[in-house]
Amino acid sequence: MTRTQKEKIIKNVFFLFALVSILILGLIVIFLFMEGLPIFKVVSVKDFIFGLEWYPTYDPPSFGIWPLIIGSFAVTIFASIIAIPLGLLSAIYIAEVAPPVIKEIFKPVVELLAGLPSVVLGFFGMAVLAPWLQETFDLPTGLNIVNASIVLALMAVPTISSISEDAIYSVPQEFKEASYALGATRFETITRVIIPASLSGVSTAVILGMARAIGETMVVLMVAGGAAAIPESIFDSVRPMPASIAAEMGEAPFRSDHYYALFATGIVLFFLTLAFNLIADYISNRFKEVGSATL
Amino acid sequence: MKNIIKLLCIGVIFCALAGAGTAFGETVVIKGSTTVLPVAQGAAEAFMAAHPGVNISISGGGSGNGIKALVDKSTDIANASRFIKDKEVKMAQDNDVYPVPHRVAMDAIVPIVHTSNPVTGLSIEQLSLIYQGKITNWKEVGGSDLQIVVVSRDTSSGTYEVWEEQVLHKEKVTPRAQLQASNGAVVQAVSKNKYAIGYIGLGYLNSDVRALNVNGITASNASVLSGAYPVARPLFMFTNGWPTGTTAEFITFVLSPKGQEIVKKEGYVPLY
Repeated sequence: MTRTQKEKIIKNVFFLFALVSILILGLIVIFLFMEGLPIFKVVSVKDFIFGLEWYPTYDPPSFGIWPLIIGSFAVTIFASIIAIPLGLLSAIYIAEVAPPVIKEIFKPVVELLAGLPSVVLGFFGMAVLAPWLQETFDLPTGLNIVNASIVLALMAVPTISSISEDAIYSVPQEFKEASYALGATRFETITRVIIPASLSGVSTAVILGMARAIGETMVVLMVAGGAAAIPESIFDSVRPMPASIAAEMGEAPFRSDHYYALFATGIVLFFLTLAFNLIADYISNRFKEVGSATL
Repeated sequence: MKNIIKLLCIGVIFCALAGAGTAFGETVVIKGSTTVLPVAQGAAEAFMAAHPGVNISISGGGSGNGIKALVDKSTDIANASRFIKDKEVKMAQDNDVYPVPHRVAMDAIVPIVHTSNPVTGLSIEQLSLIYQGKITNWKEVGGSDLQIVVVSRDTSSGTYEVWEEQVLHKEKVTPRAQLQASNGAVVQAVSKNKYAIGYIGLGYLNSDVRALNVNGITASNASVLSGAYPVARPLFMFTNGWPTGTTAEFITFVLSPKGQEIVKKEGYVPLY
């Protein structure tokens, strides 16, 4: 067999695999829409998304997922507030500041956090964090936005830290050397040179971390409290969309309005995470020119 | 949590059986309600010990999923903690399936509070107002001056449906209620929170929480059987048509004194 023939075969094999995965993804999306769209015969898109009441099993039922959307955003935003500084600073520390020995320990430890099953983190939030929060802040319940955000932040930190660290680490050595040669301190070098140069990777990391938080199911099912009402404070319970789907799917009669409504909630969630990924993609392209040639 | 652990165990058992079981002839498939699951599991273990050739595979997933599987003809027995709905009957008939209910046990639903809560009992009326969000402080029902945190099962669970019908009388549960996905999660949430009230199936009651009297009556096997305890429900196994062969033998076994002994051991109320 000649070399070109081999090349051709390899190329086709890769093409086939790519095609299969795209096909499967496409089918999943089609299925999601097939099972979700029928709900809009019962309730309008506007009433579904902006409706304030989620009583899917009552007679007559109300299918308003606005409290669930708000719940999802609340925990995601607060998780990001905690996770972005932690993830970013730990990435900078590991990539630029830490001596090699500590780096060798820290990096795997942070990545180990990503390997913790979410149900274990959820259990931690439920059994340890919730009673502690309740006791410390004298709250009626420890299963609330703060608790869910902390646990989700623990899950997002490894994503943000690890991707950011790769981005920061790959900033060319000449940049740093040039910066030091000009008399800049290490702090100035990090804030004025390294961070701007790695901004594309860092923002992708942040958005992927947030996307992970908004789609996470087990943690919010266990520690967000599950109240389908718009929260008034950060110590209120909420019911994010994935928690609602996971909790109710098992008991919703097959192909009932409730079943369709849960799939439609899945469609909304799909668009949200898709939006996050598109933004990540856009940002990473937008800042891509900031390479060694242009800086 | 109890449920999740149970499901995992069942998953492992199921996989083991799927591998080993194919060599044998008879297989009975059971799917559905996680409330009925412990009964089905206990009965299946005893039944398989007595009938070595028979292989019973059990999985949970909820009453709705069990009945769906019956309609799809992908299970022999569907466990349900509620009666079949009209819509499901229609779907079944369209698919040439005729569901037959077998009442296998009774279950009481018990309101629970934190062990430090001084309240010992509530009336149905008080429970209803608490769950509608109209009574919001424990002092209104004779307790300490603490806000009430309402813990409920999610609105699609069979347990919730019974609560809605027999306590709330079809009124809406307050949207501020914390919805938990399983009996175990309700126990967990209430046991950690002195503000909370929840409700669970009798089988999940343990010393981490305290059961309340309802209308002055304590939930027990005797008070459920006599009909005195006001919040109770039957648990079902559904089959497609009248069962035959091993499926019939299994259901007969569940209804036999030995099977009802298992019902009792799992914390539910036996039929006699």
